[in-house]
Amino acid sequence: MKTNDVLLRNVTKVVAFIIFLFSLHLFFAGHYNPGGGFVAGLTSAGAITLTLLAYDIKTVKSMLNMNTIIITAVGLIFVVGTGLLGVFSGKPFLTHLYGHVDLPVLGDTSLHTATLFDLGVYLVVVGVTLTIIQTIGESD
Amino acid sequence: MSLLHLAIILPFVVAIIIPIIYKWTKKIHTGWLVLPVPIILFIYFLSFIPKTMNGSTVETFQWIPRYGINFTVVVDGLSLLFALLITGIGSLVVFYSIYYLGKNKERLNNFYAFLMIFMTAMLGVVLSDNLIVLYLFWELTSISSFLLIGYWYHRERSRYGARKSMMITVFGGLMMLGGFIMLHIMTDSFSIREILAASEAISQNALFIPAMILILLGAFTKSAQVPFHIWLPDAMEAPTPVSAYLHSATMVKAGIYVVARFTPLFALSPIWFWTIAIVGTTTLLWGSINATKKNDLKAILAYSTISQLGLIMTLLGIGAASLHFDNLSDDIYVLAIVAAVFHLFNHATFKGSLFMMVGIIDHETGTRDIRRLGGLMRIMPITATIAFIGTFAMAGLPPFNGFLSKEMFLESLLNLTKLNLWNADTWGILLLIVGFIASVFTFTYSMIIFFKTFTGKQKAYLLPKKPHEAPFGLLLSPAILAFLVLFIGIFPNVIAAPILEPAVKSIVPSLATNADFHIHIGLWHGITPALLMTVGIVILGTILYKTHRFWKPFITTRVPKKLRIGKSYDKGMSYLEQGSYRFTMTVMTGWLRTYLNYMLFAFIVLVLGSLILTDSLNLKFENLTSVTLVDFVLAAVILVTLIGIVFSKSRITSIILLGAMGYTISIFFVIARAPDLALTQLIIETISVVLYLLVFYHLPQFSNIEEKPRFFSVKTFLSIGIGITITLVALSAYDTTFYDSISQYYIDNTYKEAAGKNIVNVILVDFRGFDTLFETTVLAIASIGIFTMIKLRLTKRRDKNENQ
Repeated sequence: MKTNDVLLRNVTKVVAFIIFLFSLHLFFAGHYNPGGGFVAGLTSAGAITLTLLAYDIKTVKSMLNMNTIIITAVGLIFVVGTGLLGVFSGKPFLTHLYGHVDLPVLGDTSLHTATLFDLGVYLVVVGVTLTIIQTIGESD
Repeated sequence: MSLLHLAIILPFVVAIIIPIIYKWTKKIHTGWLVLPVPIILFIYFLSFIPKTMNGSTVETFQWIPRYGINFTVVVDGLSLLFALLITGIGSLVVFYSIYYLGKNKERLNNFYAFLMIFMTAMLGVVLSDNLIVLYLFWELTSISSFLLIGYWYHRERSRYGARKSMMITVFGGLMMLGGFIMLHIMTDSFSIREILAASEAISQNALFIPAMILILLGAFTKSAQVPFHIWLPDAMEAPTPVSAYLHSATMVKAGIYVVARFTPLFALSPIWFWTIAIVGTTTLLWGSINATKKNDLKAILAYSTISQLGLIMTLLGIGAASLHFDNLSDDIYVLAIVAAVFHLFNHATFKGSLFMMVGIIDHETGTRDIRRLGGLMRIMPITATIAFIGTFAMAGLPPFNGFLSKEMFLESLLNLTKLNLWNADTWGILLLIVGFIASVFTFTYSMIIFFKTFTGKQKAYLLPKKPHEAPFGLLLSPAILAFLVLFIGIFPNVIAAPILEPAVKSIVPSLATNADFHIHIGLWHGITPALLMTVGIVILGTILYKTHRFWKPFITTRVPKKLRIGKSYDKGMSYLEQGSYRFTMTVMTGWLRTYLNYMLFAFIVLVLGSLILTDSLNLKFENLTSVTLVDFVLAAVILVTLIGIVFSKSRITSIILLGAMGYTISIFFVIARAPDLALTQLIIETISVVLYLLVFYHLPQFSNIEEKPRFFSVKTFLSIGIGITITLVALSAYDTTFYDSISQYYIDNTYKEAAGKNIVNVILVDFRGFDTLFETTVLAIASIGIFTMIKLRLTKRRDKNENQ
């Protein structure tokens, strides 16, 4: 029996987007305000899960078109790679670099490699959560 | 690496080469290729006689110098006597085995490889000066003897005998290692010569007696002393050359060697004297009585070996008294040592020949059962002659060498009654009586061996083979030994000066400097009490032999059943196996909840116990914050959900209550001003509740949780115990602030050093990013684990393949 859940789907279209934006906010604000890669990752995964509930796994997969395990792997590469950045600049592993950089479009910007590390965490959390939910959801 | 080291290693090297040669020389009996090895070694060791008459030869090869473990070889009188026995009888046994073991029937490469390993091990035991090296070779004798006893491994009895001897001798070996290590602790040296030199100092040490007992355990197990003798009769399942070599001449004397070697050290203690003397005489009596009840020739010889070893042991025990007299003229107890060494030599000769004789009978008639044998004198005259010499020497009759050493034994026992030390003059008479009775039984079983086999009626219909005289090759080795028995019996002084004297001197070090000390063994020295005792032994022994069939049922059926030590070994082993099986089955139930109970119980006992025992229970409530109404409300909510979870009857309720508790905790985080934690806790709680619902949705319906949780069960007590323990630990730990918190550093440097304002996040990604790295890895592993668990179903696929 297929119910017509047009309300859920339409609300999802709006809400998922807002949740995603919120998670981006959590991610970028993390260094100064509550938030950070972990919570942001979970929130993003929450947005995708909502779409999963409103539609079905096939639709979400075609929307994302990504292997979740690869997302996890990329996240881990980010996490470890950020640590190696410190090593390459002659400092101990996981020493973060930061400073003001004059970028062409954005102008004078304060950058911190901890953000890249957090990005890795973010990706891992998204990948892990989606992997778990998808595999359990798909199994019969 | 000197020539001496090479001499010890040589048989081992040959053992490695034998299997290779064996493949290429199928036409020649492998024994011929092995035979030169012991002969060369024998001649080589003969060349040491002049040297040992004046002192000892020492050669050192550095092995592990850092720990004082060096392969030091010492050739003194005692070692040389043993080395000559090992190589001499080794040569004869190898020669004998060439004719005894068929070329095509047996796995000769195994046999000679094991035998050569054993020879190296035995030479190593008697020539090593280093305790650890001695122990190494000691275990090697146990192992090679195990291999040789189990040579016909397709026989159940062989395997049983091999296993039994291994268990007992390795047990003793390990005990001895303990003793050796104690000696090392006391003297800081592994060198036997250094330890013996420090004997006066050690004898006051607290470890002296334990070390002595442990070393004695090792010696007694190897030398088959009561109650460790039980392995020797079962070791008779080995091929006869092995029995002749290992279980009469060499390996069983390793324990004797150790006792003799450590006599200068331990004889300072009366415990040594009494232990050895009592164990020795008990073994002597026990072995001789048991030998009379056996029907198998080899079993009789096995028990007679036990008995004779007990005799030598007793003599060494009595000889311990000689170390307490400085004046040589008083020292009649050296005679006991002389007798021990002399009998050691004699026993090796006549017991070797007797075993070979039994092997011949087994080989030529197909049986060793004395009930089926008889009247073989006509058919096998040479074998009979050898047997006659061997048995009469064993019985202690003139003119054979056994007579001389037995006379000396009786005289030593008589001397013991005069010993004015350690109450020996009162108790020594008991040993004398026991020794006398044992000698009577010795006489009896010696007569049984000879007369039941070679005289009487011939029972050819009972024999599997038609008996005939053995070939020359089989007869040569026992004949040489029998000749030695006779020759030494008539001219005992031939070996007295070159071999026995240095050996006695190395057991009693005070004699080494004494130039006046000479051994003279007279065949006839007048009518002494000892001679009269011998006459008594012969008379009583003859009576016992004549009435043998009347009293034999008595000792076979009635007495030993209660005293059979082999039975208790078997029972003990099966109890041990069953007991450990039962123990494992009761403890390892296979229930996870049982194991959890063990762990929790151990946790409570250890933590609560140490909390109370170390008096660290510390309940102070000073630096507490004030509690607000919100805290009370939240705590109440958590408590209610908790009770609900424990007592709920449906899973769904439990899950939802769990979620409620998680959310309450996140509110706690809010109150405690931890926004990051609160955020994360909220989301994680949501996800985990969803996952719980997913998983539990697939579970079968509740049926087994219907049972009401019993209130007073082990679980209840354990949970309450754990709760109390953790609470007490937390409360005790709360107030003990020894150091200031390091968090001030983070507060000060979060912006300055790490360019952030969210302390939690900066700690997570910057100050302590390393933890975060691996926590993300944990998450990744978990997700991949879930993925593989669900997706990878090998069993299902295999089923499909099978169906296709």
